[in-house]
Amino acid sequence: MHIVVCLKQVPETQNIRIDPETHTLVRQGVASILNPFDYFALEAALKIKDERESVKVTAITMGPPQAKDVLIDALSRGADDAILISDRAFAGADTWATSFTLAAAIKKLEPVDLIICGKQAIDGDTAQVGPELATILNWPYATYVKNVEFLDNSTLKITRQTDEGYAVWKLPLPALLTILKDVGDPRPRSYKCTLRARKYDIPTWGVTDLNLDENQVGLKGSFTQVIKVFSPERRKDKLILEGSVDELVEQLYSWLKEQRIPGI
Amino acid sequence: MKAIIDKELCTACGECADVCPVEAISIREEWAEVSDDCTLCGMCVDTCQYDAISLPEVGTGPKKDKEDYKGIWVFAEWRHGEIHKVSYELLTTGRKLASKKGIPLGAVLLGHNLEGMEKSLFEYGADVVYMVDHPSLEHFTDEIYGNVLTELIKKYKPEILLAGGTSTGRSFIPRVAALLRTGLTADCTELDINEEGLLVQTRPAFGGNIMASILCPHGRPQIATVRPKVMKAEPLEHPTNGLIERVDLPEEIFRTKIEVLAEHKVEGPSANLVEADVVVSGGRGLMKKDNFGMLYELAELLNGAVGASRGAVEAGYADSSQQVGQTGRTVAPVLYMAVGISGAIQHVVGMQGSQVIVAINKDKEAPIFDVCHLGIVADLFEFVPAFIKKIKQERGEKE
Repeated sequence: MHIVVCLKQVPETQNIRIDPETHTLVRQGVASILNPFDYFALEAALKIKDERESVKVTAITMGPPQAKDVLIDALSRGADDAILISDRAFAGADTWATSFTLAAAIKKLEPVDLIICGKQAIDGDTAQVGPELATILNWPYATYVKNVEFLDNSTLKITRQTDEGYAVWKLPLPALLTILKDVGDPRPRSYKCTLRARKYDIPTWGVTDLNLDENQVGLKGSFTQVIKVFSPERRKDKLILEGSVDELVEQLYSWLKEQRIPGI
Repeated sequence: MKAIIDKELCTACGECADVCPVEAISIREEWAEVSDDCTLCGMCVDTCQYDAISLPEVGTGPKKDKEDYKGIWVFAEWRHGEIHKVSYELLTTGRKLASKKGIPLGAVLLGHNLEGMEKSLFEYGADVVYMVDHPSLEHFTDEIYGNVLTELIKKYKPEILLAGGTSTGRSFIPRVAALLRTGLTADCTELDINEEGLLVQTRPAFGGNIMASILCPHGRPQIATVRPKVMKAEPLEHPTNGLIERVDLPEEIFRTKIEVLAEHKVEGPSANLVEADVVVSGGRGLMKKDNFGMLYELAELLNGAVGASRGAVEAGYADSSQQVGQTGRTVAPVLYMAVGISGAIQHVVGMQGSQVIVAINKDKEAPIFDVCHLGIVADLFEFVPAFIKKIKQERGEKE
């Protein structure tokens, strides 16, 4: 069985902010990390490898050359193979162009039985690439998956989270899943795998390797275009109070009363 | 491809080089130069006060006769006999966009035993309700819902499609966009029509720390999802019955490789979070899980629910189902109290629709004070217990 895990390198968004005076993006100390949700995708794949016979896990990522770091991380935790999908022509890709490029990589990696993605990436938070990739491949998919079981070699029983609770589905392989953290904490890097990762020569696939046309990928192959980037608006009519706790308690209470808050 | 510098306009001021996340911009003597490291993220474009930077344009995609696409559609989310409230919020927004463009507003209703369900959609402004009533639509699967909506769009060609950013919408709308080969913008917080008649889709990015406005110039329909409670639902003052279009589709559209074995509803500690009139949320400032106890006490006094920031959830102080924000739930209560929450925009987008926002934080510079209506600069460990005591006292006196 061949499982492909899709990873993404993202900026650590928690630390990105706009300077209130210059209105520019402050990036100082912002590191590039593996998208936190993708750790669970990798863990889900490695768990299947632990439990079943002859499973191969391939980690792939699309990004600039430095995105290789997340693949080294994946190899150090137990992935068997890794492929970097990188080309100048891929720059500016929206979710469609990204999915289209990844689909070409999956076809080159065939046979593939299962693709596992994180539930979303923390930079864009779109949660679109998983479903779009599965659709382009014409594979069934399930999102927000919290549990994966094998009914037999070619059928999965999965539990997916819904807004009201959860649903249990049976789906045939090949299929794509996007995974929640319920699959379990990601395992640490192992000494043996880290040594192997250090020596592992990660192949890079570009437009020509994937038999793609430059017009189908990157910004040229995208449908959505960012026209403006700006800092969120701040409220102006606000009231900020300082003072002793007793005074503040009185002030908040009477203010909430004025606002006719139920319960006050 | 990389960002394009207009050498006539560029003053080599260096602002763009400072914001470039990949350090692809260097400053030459008279202008900025972009290296091949550029990822076309667009950060520099907005920073430049001389309008000297632009991005190359997206491709035109597969040839589509854009003029054939007319009208705005809202996907009305039907779940086990009820229509999700986000559908009314989107119809209200869709109505405003449709009147600005002078085009009709349609609602799409997929499900089983739908008779009579269309009425409420007319009350919120739908001119036409397209209904597909089929036993295979009883349970949601991405495959069937995606295929059916795609067929309807191919048949009736709306130029804009809006859907709720629920677990359902966020899951199957990407399938529709991919099948139709068009663009999709998730979790928009603002929608408008520009001079060219295109849908301007504004959404938070990078964890909500910045906002981005996005167009889909060539793909049709232009598709956007919006989280529940981000827009306001307003029924029409004088609703009229519109047209009902019952659509029969060939049986093969309803075939799927997926079998739904079970569906369960779960009531949890956060079950009423989205519906509650008062939400008290805690952040990393609570320092540990036990300290959330006082928030539960305060929330109970006010008959409210307890939410949490992403930071508090990641630190294990609260359950992920309690998370309010871009990656959690969107709430819009009468009163939202943010306790010990710094106020990253990723959190703010999940609560900014609240009628009254009160922030309690000891850091006067915390960004939460930029979004609240009333800010209390105080140590929460002193303030919250004192405030609980005050409410109890007032009630004691009344009784």
